[in-house]
Order: sequence, then C-alpha cells, then structure tokens
Amino acid sequence: MLARVAGRVYWMSRQMERAESMARILGVTSNLVLFAEQDLQRQNLLAPLIITGSAEAFFARHAELSVEALIEFLALDRENPSSIVCCLDWARENAHAVRWQITSEMWETLNATWLEVRALDPKRITGAGATRFLDWVKERSHLFRGVTYGTIMRGEAFNFSRLGTFLERADNTARILDVKYHVLLPSVDDVGGALDYYHWAALLRSVSSFETYRLLYRDQILPIRVAQLLILERRMPRSLAACFDQVKEAMDRINGQGDQSAKRLAYELHARVTHADIEEIFKNGLHEFLTDCLTDMDELGSRIQRAYLGAV
Amino acid sequence: MAGPHFDEMRDENGAVRAHFRSLAAWLADTPAERVAEKRREADLLFHRVGITFAVYGDENDEGAERLIPFDTIPRVIPQGEWSELARGLEQRVTALNRFLHDIYHGQEILKAGVIPAEQVLTNAAYEVSMVGLELPNHVYSHIAGVDLVRHDGKFYVLEDNLRTPSGVSYMLENRKMMMRLFPELFGRQSVQPVEHYPVLLLETLRAAAPPKVRDPVVVLLTPGQHNSAYFEHAFLAQQMGVELVEGGDLFVKDAHVWMRTTAGPQRVDVIYRRIDDAYLDPLAFRGESVIGIPGLLSVYRSGNVALASAIGTGVADDKSTYPYVPEMIRFYLSEEPILPNVPTWQCKRPEDLELVMDRLAELVVKEVQGSGGYGMLIGPAATPEELEAFRARVQANPANYIAQPTLSLSTCPTFVGQSIAPRHVDLRPFVLSGREVKMVPGGLTRVALEAGSLVVNSSQGGGTKDTWVVD
Repeated sequence: MLARVAGRVYWMSRQMERAESMARILGVTSNLVLFAEQDLQRQNLLAPLIITGSAEAFFARHAELSVEALIEFLALDRENPSSIVCCLDWARENAHAVRWQITSEMWETLNATWLEVRALDPKRITGAGATRFLDWVKERSHLFRGVTYGTIMRGEAFNFSRLGTFLERADNTARILDVKYHVLLPSVDDVGGALDYYHWAALLRSVSSFETYRLLYRDQILPIRVAQLLILERRMPRSLAACFDQVKEAMDRINGQGDQSAKRLAYELHARVTHADIEEIFKNGLHEFLTDCLTDMDELGSRIQRAYLGAV
Repeated sequence: MAGPHFDEMRDENGAVRAHFRSLAAWLADTPAERVAEKRREADLLFHRVGITFAVYGDENDEGAERLIPFDTIPRVIPQGEWSELARGLEQRVTALNRFLHDIYHGQEILKAGVIPAEQVLTNAAYEVSMVGLELPNHVYSHIAGVDLVRHDGKFYVLEDNLRTPSGVSYMLENRKMMMRLFPELFGRQSVQPVEHYPVLLLETLRAAAPPKVRDPVVVLLTPGQHNSAYFEHAFLAQQMGVELVEGGDLFVKDAHVWMRTTAGPQRVDVIYRRIDDAYLDPLAFRGESVIGIPGLLSVYRSGNVALASAIGTGVADDKSTYPYVPEMIRFYLSEEPILPNVPTWQCKRPEDLELVMDRLAELVVKEVQGSGGYGMLIGPAATPEELEAFRARVQANPANYIAQPTLSLSTCPTFVGQSIAPRHVDLRPFVLSGREVKMVPGGLTRVALEAGSLVVNSSQGGGTKDTWVVD
C-alpha cells in the first residue's frame, strides 16, 4: 500500500476515535458539574482541558470556565484543531483523499457525518441539545468503526485503520484515568473513604465501563479496581490491555521494511500490561506508570510514521 | 447553419421517434410525484456518495464542491445511428494517432503540404523531445473524448480531447443511478451496457506498457484531491484496481519509476496521468511544479515507463489543428471522413478574420487553447459591449482564435422545475486506443439547463444525462 495512503487511513481512524473520546469527556463533564461540590467544580471543568492539553489555548479565547465555554471550545470551535468538528473535518478530508482504498460505505459514513456537521446550528448545541450532539458523535464513531470492520478487506488499509483507532483509544484511556485519578483521589489509602460515588461512576461511564465494573466486581467502586479495569482488564475494550492487544495484532499483520524498532516498542507496551500487577503499579505510582505509557505511545506513533507512512 | 434545432425525441410532426417510444410511454404512465420523489432521491444519493467537482476560481467554500446536476430523463440513440458514429470515431482517432506518430517521425504530412509545417512545429504543444521516440502500438492518445453535436439531425465533431478528457465517471455513475432509481425502465427495452468501461481502460493501459514488461504495474497519477476532476481519478483507479498516486508517491531511481509503499519501493510501468505535460517533470518542464516527478522524462525517453497520454499529444487536439483533421483522415487512411467537422474559420488567415469581424454577432469564437467553456464568445447571446470587448481581443491576437457558426444543438426532454422542457445537449463518447480501438456504446450526454443556452460545460452550469444506445 502507498505510504501516503496508509497515513491517511491511519489518521482518519485516529481522528474519528479522537472525536468520540472528546464527546465522551465532554458528556461526562457536563454530567458531573450537576453533582459536584463547589471546590471540585473548577477541577471538574479543568479536567477536559488538561486531558487534551489545551488549557492555554482555551484561556486565550475564553475568560470564563463554564460547561458552555468548554463545549464551544472543545466541540464546536473550528480554530481549535482538536475540537470535535475539526476532528470530523479532518477524518473526512483524509477519507476523501483515499476514498478508493476504503469501502464506499466507509466514505459515505464519514461524508454524511461531515455534511450533517456543516448543517449544524451551533446555537442549538446547548443544554439537552449538547447531550444529543455528543451522543450523536459517539454514534457516528460507532457506526464508522462498525462499517469499517464489516466492509473493509483484511489488508493493509484495515491494519492501519486498526492501528490508528487503538493507539488513539489507549492514549485517551490513559489520559482520562491519569487526570481523573488526580482530581478524585490523590492517595491510594483513601479506599472507600469520602469518595464521591458519582465521580467514579462518571469516570467509568466516560469509558463505557460502568456496567462492566458492576458485572466484574459487584461491589462499591474502589479506585484500585477502576485502575485494574481500565489498565489491565483485556476483556474491557477500552482498557490499555485490550488496546495494546489490537495494536500488537495489527503490527504483526503489517508487512514492512525496516520497521523493527516500531514493532519492538509495540511488543514492549503489550508485555507491560500483560504481566503487570495493579498493586505494584500503585506502589510505584499510578501517575508515573501512565506517564511512561503515554510517552512510549507517543514514541510508537513517531516510529510508525517513520517506518511506514513516510517522514512527516 | 441556422435553422430549427433537431428534437431528439420528436420528429418534425411532433410524433415520438421510434427509439424514444418506450421511454415516452413510461413518462406518460408515471405520476409526476413519483418522478419528482426519485429526483430528490438521486440528489441525496449523489451528495452522499460525494460525486462532486470543484469549480476553478470559486473561492466561496460552499461552491468549491458542487454536484453536477443529473437529469433523470435519458438521451436515447438507436443502435443503427451509434454504429455509424462508432465507425466515424474509430476512423478519426486512428487518423489522429497516425498524425501524432508522423509529426514526431517522418513528417510526411508536412512534406506533402497537407498541413502547414509551421502550424505543427511552432505549436506550443509540439514537444521536440518526442522526436524519434518509438511508442508501443504507435499510440499517443490512449483515451480520447470526442465532443459531438447534432445539427439538423446530423452529428458533427466539435472538438477532439486527446490528452486527459474527463467525464467518463459521470457516464458510469449516471447509468448506475438510473438502474437504481428506475429498474423497471430497463425491463422495457434493451439498453446496451457501459459498465465494462474500466475493464477496457485497464486493458488499453496495459497494452501501452514497455514491451519487455510481462505483468505491467499501472497507476493513475492525479494532481491531488483539490483538482476539479479528483472524483473521477479516484473512481477510475478504484474501478480498475490500480493505485491512485500523486507526484510525491513516485520517484526515479536506476532509470525506472518507483512508488513509495508501506513495504518499500515498487516499480511502476504505466502511468495514466491526469496532469498536463508542463507539470510532469520539474527537471524537464516547469521547474516550480510540485505535482510532478523529477527525472520522469529521462525514464520515459529510455522506454522504461509508459505515459498515457504521451507527452506532446496536445498538438493534435489544439483548436487550430482541428480544421485539418478531415484532411488527415484522407491522407493517412485514404478514406472520406465519416464524421464531418463544424465549418471553422481561422482568424490567423486575413480573409477569415475579415469575415469573422463582419459576422461576429452570429458566430461562436473560441480561444485556440481554451477548454471547459472558458474564454469563448457566443455571438447571438452576447451584449453589444461584450461583442466589442471580444472583437478587440481577437484583433489584438488573431492567431489565438477560431470561429464557427452558432450551431442549433439538438434538444432532449429534460426536467426543469416541475415540468419537462426541451434543452440543448451534446455527446462525448470515449475512444480507447491500445492494440486496437475500443469504446463502450454511448458516452456522456451534457445538457444546458438554462432555456435556450448552448453551453453544456459543467463548470458553466451544465448538467448530465444517462445515454442509452438501444436496439
């Protein structure tokens, strides 16, 4: 497959996944602020900006920190390159460039999404309208992933699409857990203490794991189990373990040249969550563990770029 | 050549012609709401599939990607008429390829004085680097789109597009759309298929490969996704199952052309290029071109890669060469032309210029190297100011213009608003030249949607129709 084309497919999938992650983060934030106490309110509102590393850009454009301003900036702002509408634009732009290498169903899904976004009236994306919009974004991402999985030939386009999707998802899960954990509970000893049930439930819901948690642990929500679920539980499709399974599988199928260093790092990340123990991760520091993972994922992204997608 | 225009559906007494009868009966039987609903469905489908084109110079984001209006009433051509057209097209394109081979080799036609030597040799599209180069099957124009118009019932060739004619994707998508929307219509009469065009195209391109290559790798080279015909490039690459490449995907090494893939470099043997000569190789042509491949020309000249169409083909479809095509047919094939030219005055000739200036308000005047309906004057439709402005432009540079009578293009019933009205149409069949000449029955019918308008170009608000060749 052409290096340029593989790059388009990879980024198209990353951007669609990123739009979904952003919708999840914003959905849970607008929910959380309904319940939060005053002192937590600001941290809750800041969290999406910290997760996406865009606090500075936000305050350059908005004086007030509010749910409305967050939605305006992270969902609708065309000047913000990681906003939902920008991700959807880029995903469609990338698809447009390779529409002959993807299936017509994939292209039509992204193009229809883009057409709807263009027709969107930003004034209606507030309150219940915002929830509907964020749900719609998640649905379009589910649809795109399903359509991709259900229609595309098992070849390099499929491999690079999977690689993009799961690297992006792992990145997002690690960031959400890192930031939220920091906001909610600085100390591991505080198990079952004054934690706010709603916050933990919201965190789990933001990665579609609330029901899974209940099913697996049938217990009150304990931070260490949340971490276990989001990092090590490979049956949970948004966990790091599940994502690295998919990343490794995709890398195994890709037929490349001079890609040893990229493959080696993918295997290392996979091994790291396969043989880990959650108590030990906590002992050495969850934040440190997640930061290392994020740094290595970033490096893996660069190596993939160099090995397969042409220098950028 | 003034006179009443030819109605494709009805004869002079208003009776429906035999080959249109089945369609006319269906139109009469089908409730207007149902047809209107189908038209809306067609619009929606075209939009969702993203069959769009970009318009040059349109800065407005809304207009940058636009649908070409699709009319749901097909244009019908009886088999007998098509057979004659097909013979004429094969004859014409064969002669044009013979001409191209000749002017880059023995130049017999120039020596015989049939065409003035300076007309060819000083033409901007004449490429000296092509002299003496042997091309497989002696084919220069592998894909030709010949524009035909019908006046008083007779088909005339309006122009030859020998380099990178576009529109074939609309021909294919229009047929697909009609079969999806009105399957019952295809049960009523047998419409000849066009769906195998991509197979014929790939066959034609493979036949152009360097002779020593056994299993040639074909690619389609596009300027990129912002090109007005990008949809077509992508569509054809997909239909043929070949890579759609941009200049940056290709590079020259060891006297061959290679493409960059995720698994390392792969050799390329045939490039169906949809970019102009001037942009192909920044080392040989325009140095500032960022869409070309440095060193391509040297590989091409060594015979290690084929280009379709060949470099230097443009000299044969230039509007100033067009008047000589009937003579080419006689010279190379010793046959009388089956398809006539539209009478053409060349403003570079003083006597022609005088006549054109006298009758400017009745004529169509075109730039010799213009295309897409840009840079032309339609006398009868122009205001006095437009006429005078154009007159000044022609007088300043007469050699840059040709003139033709304003043809009364034939009309075909077309949906306009809520009703059906006659609108002017042309026809562009696509002629493929590999080891032999092939084409699918029909072509792209373009329709001028404005009442009375003769401009069918999509960049100027024209639409398209499915074209049926029926038994």
